[in-house]
Amino acid sequence: MLKRLRENKSAQGTLLALPTTLWMLALLIIPLILTTIISFGQRSPDGNVIYSFSIDNYLRLFGFSTNCDNGAANCFDPLYAQILWRSLTLAFNSTVLVIMLAYPLAYFIARAHPKKRNTFLFMVLIPLWTNFVIRVYAWMMLLRTQGVINIVLGWIAAALHISFTPLEMLYTPGAVLVGMVYEFLPFMILPIYTSLEKIDNSLYEAAADLGANSIKTFLRVTLPLSMPGVVAGTILVFIPVMGTFIVSDILGGRQVILIGNLIQRQFLDARDPTFGSAASLILMIMTLIVTYFYTRKFGFGEEIVAA
Amino acid sequence: MNPFRRSPFILAATVLVYTFLYAPILVLILYSFNASKANVTFEGFIPAFSQNVVMDGSLVKASPCGPFHWFCELAKNREVMDAAKNTLTIAFTATIISTIIGTMAAIAMQRYDFKMKPFSQLSLYIPIVIPEIVMGIGILTLFSQLFGVLNSAFHLTGGSRLALGLGTVIVSHIAFMVPFVTLVVQARLQGFDKAYEEAAMDLGANEWITFRRVTFPMILPGVLSGALLAFTLSLDDFVITFFTNGPGSTTLPIYVYGLLRRIITPQVNALSTVWITLVFLVVLTLQIVQNREAKQQ
Repeated sequence: MLKRLRENKSAQGTLLALPTTLWMLALLIIPLILTTIISFGQRSPDGNVIYSFSIDNYLRLFGFSTNCDNGAANCFDPLYAQILWRSLTLAFNSTVLVIMLAYPLAYFIARAHPKKRNTFLFMVLIPLWTNFVIRVYAWMMLLRTQGVINIVLGWIAAALHISFTPLEMLYTPGAVLVGMVYEFLPFMILPIYTSLEKIDNSLYEAAADLGANSIKTFLRVTLPLSMPGVVAGTILVFIPVMGTFIVSDILGGRQVILIGNLIQRQFLDARDPTFGSAASLILMIMTLIVTYFYTRKFGFGEEIVAA
Repeated sequence: MNPFRRSPFILAATVLVYTFLYAPILVLILYSFNASKANVTFEGFIPAFSQNVVMDGSLVKASPCGPFHWFCELAKNREVMDAAKNTLTIAFTATIISTIIGTMAAIAMQRYDFKMKPFSQLSLYIPIVIPEIVMGIGILTLFSQLFGVLNSAFHLTGGSRLALGLGTVIVSHIAFMVPFVTLVVQARLQGFDKAYEEAAMDLGANEWITFRRVTFPMILPGVLSGALLAFTLSLDDFVITFFTNGPGSTTLPIYVYGLLRRIITPQVNALSTVWITLVFLVVLTLQIVQNREAKQQ
């Protein structure tokens, strides 16, 4: 038996990969299948799952409610569709903002003296490795009515002798946007840096020799060659922004509800796992579609590993 | 053209982005020395070597820790210490298991062909492209359905009932850590020539000797950085832990999250400061080790 195994390369490979494959089967594939099955089920009055085949949960997500106030069989309730739309636009806006902030910094690090590059990268890693929840908390301290930003604005107003009423920044959509941008900024800086760093200096020299000015060089040389980094960064930012619920929970309060909050509440507060499962599958499908078309159009390579 | 030439726009943007990255962290640290339990505004530092201090308008007995008062309170806080113990137990156990099985899988993916390879590869790729919450609620559903069936089938009651706890958190952490370990080790395996292994085999070494003497020493840096990545992912994880922890298996991120929804004393800031300092030291050490390695090559 042992001798046969020694000669059979295929069996060796299977054995080596078996623990991981079984683990992923049990804790990823089977849970995903269970989520799918449950999403077609219904909630019993005592909060358990009744297995059935009903697409009510999905209809509800897109606005077709069967649970109407006026006693009608069907009515339009855009609440959940609005949550889906809000999550998509927030993920889009955060990603665009993150690119705009990350690109100049990544460019600066890539063009810095090689000896200093590691120090600048190190400075990006510290906030990245600081715990996610702690970083949300930091923004809570900054944005509160009596928080640091309002204190500083108050000082400036006092110095200029103008009256100042503290701004209400916490628990607004803007606070959630800032929080998301802050949380995921390093995930964009690192892959863009990786692709910028690979660009050979001779390319810049060639562009300059051929008479291109710095704007033209950027548009024709730098930007196209750094696209793989931007694409990898976008995937690393867009997917988690779509699914994160802590940022909106802490910085948005009850004002900004995203699909992540919706799912979390269905499982813990509202106790309708069937509806939560449907929302979770829609979330997964949305991110897969975006990732698929985005990567097919631009493609990315090792940049995603770099981060 | 000077390759290190800097435009004023890039420089200004760089300063701005670094300020954006660090201002919140610095504020967080500053407030961990706040002489106010309410922690709403910064009331100044707690004086050292003083008998009594005015805190939030009333005179209280000064602690022997002086400015580090909140750090001492933190060390006395049983909930925090339990959460820290849980966090480390989970991270160590899950890292050891995920590093071993992840390295095995990486070798299989890189060096062997077998029937279920496409399936293994797909299952390792999925966690990277789906939001964590999808995996989290999937695992929660699995455990609640499974435990429900088992508890009623074997009439388990009271303490022997299967429920969410340290075990479920560890098992779930491994599931999201393994893909990253495999990815890192695979990248390392790609980087070195198969010819070394073939040479060892030609010289009469069997598979096990080849692995121990050739493959393993060469992939060791990859295995270690994979393990380190897995460890930090586990320490940092909120979402998967949120859905799989039970009473008695609270981790630090879960504990902090719970506090944020209630009352926030400077203890939370002190905890954050300790965490940030540790992260800083770990990243710094890694950076120094990496630089030294790069210089040697």
